Amino acid sequence: MLIFFGASDAANLSPEEMQNHMGKWFAWIDKLKSTNNYVAGEALTPGGKTVKGKKAVVTDGPFAETKEVVGGFFIVKAKSLEEATQIAKDCPDLPLNGIVEVREVMKF
Amino acid sequence: MPEHPVQMVDHLFRHEAGKMIAILTRIFGLSHLELVEDVVQESFLKALQTWKYGQLPDNPSAWLMQVARRKAIDRLRKTSREIVGPGELPEQASDTNEFYHTDEIADSQLRMIFISIHPDLKEEDQLALVLKIVSGFSVQEIAKALLTTEPTIQKRLYRAKEFIRKEKIRFEIPAGIELRQRLDVVHTFLYLLFNEGYNSGKVDELIRRDLCGEAMRLCKALTEHRICSSPTGYALLSLMCFHAARFDSRLDEKNDIVLLQHQDRQQWSQDLINIGYHYLNRSADGNEISFYHIESAIAAEHCLAKRFSETNWQRLLQLYDLLLELKPSPTVRLNRAVVLAEMGEVQKAIDSVLSIEKLSSLLKDHYMYSAVLGDLYKRLSDQVRAQAYLEQAFGLTTSQAEKNLIQEKIRTIDPQKN
Repeated sequence: MLIFFGASDAANLSPEEMQNHMGKWFAWIDKLKSTNNYVAGEALTPGGKTVKGKKAVVTDGPFAETKEVVGGFFIVKAKSLEEATQIAKDCPDLPLNGIVEVREVMKF
Repeated sequence: MPEHPVQMVDHLFRHEAGKMIAILTRIFGLSHLELVEDVVQESFLKALQTWKYGQLPDNPSAWLMQVARRKAIDRLRKTSREIVGPGELPEQASDTNEFYHTDEIADSQLRMIFISIHPDLKEEDQLALVLKIVSGFSVQEIAKALLTTEPTIQKRLYRAKEFIRKEKIRFEIPAGIELRQRLDVVHTFLYLLFNEGYNSGKVDELIRRDLCGEAMRLCKALTEHRICSSPTGYALLSLMCFHAARFDSRLDEKNDIVLLQHQDRQQWSQDLINIGYHYLNRSADGNEISFYHIESAIAAEHCLAKRFSETNWQRLLQLYDLLLELKPSPTVRLNRAVVLAEMGEVQKAIDSVLSIEKLSSLLKDHYMYSAVLGDLYKRLSDQVRAQAYLEQAFGLTTSQAEKNLIQEKIRTIDPQKN
């Protein structure tokens, strides 16, 4: 699983640049589909709730720091964590200060 | 949610930005222009953050508009609570559906154009404002397109917006006699915007295309509007089409300028030429004849010739004579002289250039005059004068493409006769 967050620099892009940037994501997805790596991808609605502790205290939003909020994820098929990490290096958000967390889904 | 299409329409975001700014400004008022610009920008950011994972909403435009509208209402509620306590928003803010009709969108955008191209604003301020609030360019993109710095553009935008605020400019299309006068200003502006993209050899190719494309898009919107449509607008639009048809053939792969006589006419866009003729016909309505009509007829004449050698110079000369009556400018005289030279009347061409009023100061400031004179003397094999004028032109132009062209001319001066 590739978990995406950060990319705070995107706020400074012009509409034209944003469209171009989105084009890079789409091209990336197309490429991952063509190599049979891509399984699924979703965006997460910002905000949400956090439920915590014995008393099930509910607070707004997962985190206070916006830059730590997960924006979305991909599920990719890869032979190893290393291959998945290689895939993550192509993420178009990296130049915009983006972060990709690469995690392996445990199979029993 | 459908799978994302492989490609979105070119400039979709940029064009949507212009539309959204116009519609929201119409709803919330010109006094909230800054807020509107902000929420539009935020909506695109939200779109990017959620669409990039591969799924688009069914109707991206409506999605964007809805997000922007909600954000605007939220912001206004917040500020109005801070200032005057809880209260109602303007009635129309709750329902924007009536503004979504294509006609209404076009209408809102034209109102934006008339506001931005206010005759009391400086041309450079108009230019910056139109590109920002009508065309959806960012400050950085405007600076790049107009070859200046971001702070300069910020300053121009600030000046223009202050003017709108202080003069309490109304969000409307002028009526009656004022409309005619204002239309003239708008036409001049669009012509300038197009030339900015077409002639400036200093900016990169992509941005130049964008500027020309914007000028054509806005001009088309103008001619399609029930009140703003005019024969002159059609003439201007046809002129742009004829020029744009030659866009691809004007530079070679090394970015050097290809002169009209050497352009590969196969590369000219026959589609754009045909559209140009269509609009030129539409412009023949009524008894109004503007210099755009004549300039378009001149451009059409060039497009009509299959080869450079088949150009009807006689007809072009007549058109330039007509143009000279409507617009007796030094540039027109200069171009007319080139036609004379093509007809074999080189000495006459030189004499007519030399008789241009205030030529000496023009020669000092604009490379075109010395470039043409150098070329004419070259045709007469007057090596000394040709070289002197061409070198002067070389020193004046800042465009590398033009420098290369002039250098090539100097290199090929015929040294036989003197």
